[in-house]
Amino acid sequence: MAGILGLKIGMTQIFDNDGLLVPVTVIKAGPCYVTQIKTEEHDGYNAVQLAFYDAKEKRVTKPLLGHFKKAGVNPKRYLVEFDFGKDHGLKIGDELKADVLQAGTQVTISGVTKGKGFQGVVRRHHFSGGPKTHGQSDRLRAPGSIGQSSYPSRVFKGIKMGGRMGGKRKTVIHVKVVKVDPENNLLFLKGAVPGARNSLVEIRTK
Amino acid sequence: MDILHTVTANQLRMDIPEFQPGDTLSVHVRVIEGNKERIQVFQGVCIKRKGGGINETFTVRKISNGIGVERIFPLHSPRVAKIEVLKRGRVRRAKLYYLRKLRGKAARIKERTS
Repeated sequence: MAGILGLKIGMTQIFDNDGLLVPVTVIKAGPCYVTQIKTEEHDGYNAVQLAFYDAKEKRVTKPLLGHFKKAGVNPKRYLVEFDFGKDHGLKIGDELKADVLQAGTQVTISGVTKGKGFQGVVRRHHFSGGPKTHGQSDRLRAPGSIGQSSYPSRVFKGIKMGGRMGGKRKTVIHVKVVKVDPENNLLFLKGAVPGARNSLVEIRTK
Repeated sequence: MDILHTVTANQLRMDIPEFQPGDTLSVHVRVIEGNKERIQVFQGVCIKRKGGGINETFTVRKISNGIGVERIFPLHSPRVAKIEVLKRGRVRRAKLYYLRKLRGKAARIKERTS
């Protein structure tokens, strides 16, 4: 088990060793600092809390400032717990860099997707909409029937309808690490990653 | 965006000759079959250049056995061994899609002399 926090920089392409063009998302991963280690005996479960991205001191609440001071770490913007198992060998104040991951491994990525606002069912749930012709009017992007008639006389919970889309946490599995640049703490992940540029992404390995 | 430029900067090739749409090129492509590598030449007219930085590509069109064939190459690809400019053409567009409708004598491009 390993993991790290990063900021999404953006997408580009690089040539791999075979000379093939690979689409990649560049992530500025780390340096992250261990601020707390939770143990089964003390907290009921095992976890390592990582802090990432320098924050101005006045932007951090006083209880958190004390938490960072105790760990001997400058105030950070993000704090996330990772399940590193029991024998991770990390101490409070340890630094994690992008080289905790190796090129070629598969990782799990979590991030908050771009907010899309209120969207209809065609965009939000990939409904096909209504027919364009054959005497139809105002049906092109309509959802169709949302239920039965006098029995049950109500709409069941969970029916797919229009509404707020995006802005939610999404996890993508089996993302390949194409390249690691430990000097600049950069990770190159194959394909797209949820979130806008400069948004936080969590990277975990099995 | 700056980081994206710096991380790809070392993969950009400096040995690419200057060429424009309308020029006749011969592109030497490395073809890898198993462990063997050989060079294949694709010769035709460049009909477009697109994109910038590492994303830049160019399209070469040729007539092979009476059938038009177009191939898109990433400009900075290490699989492209060499690009030779055989002839410079005088054209008035950046994208020569009109060549697709023309054949034979009509599809010729005047040579550019400057």
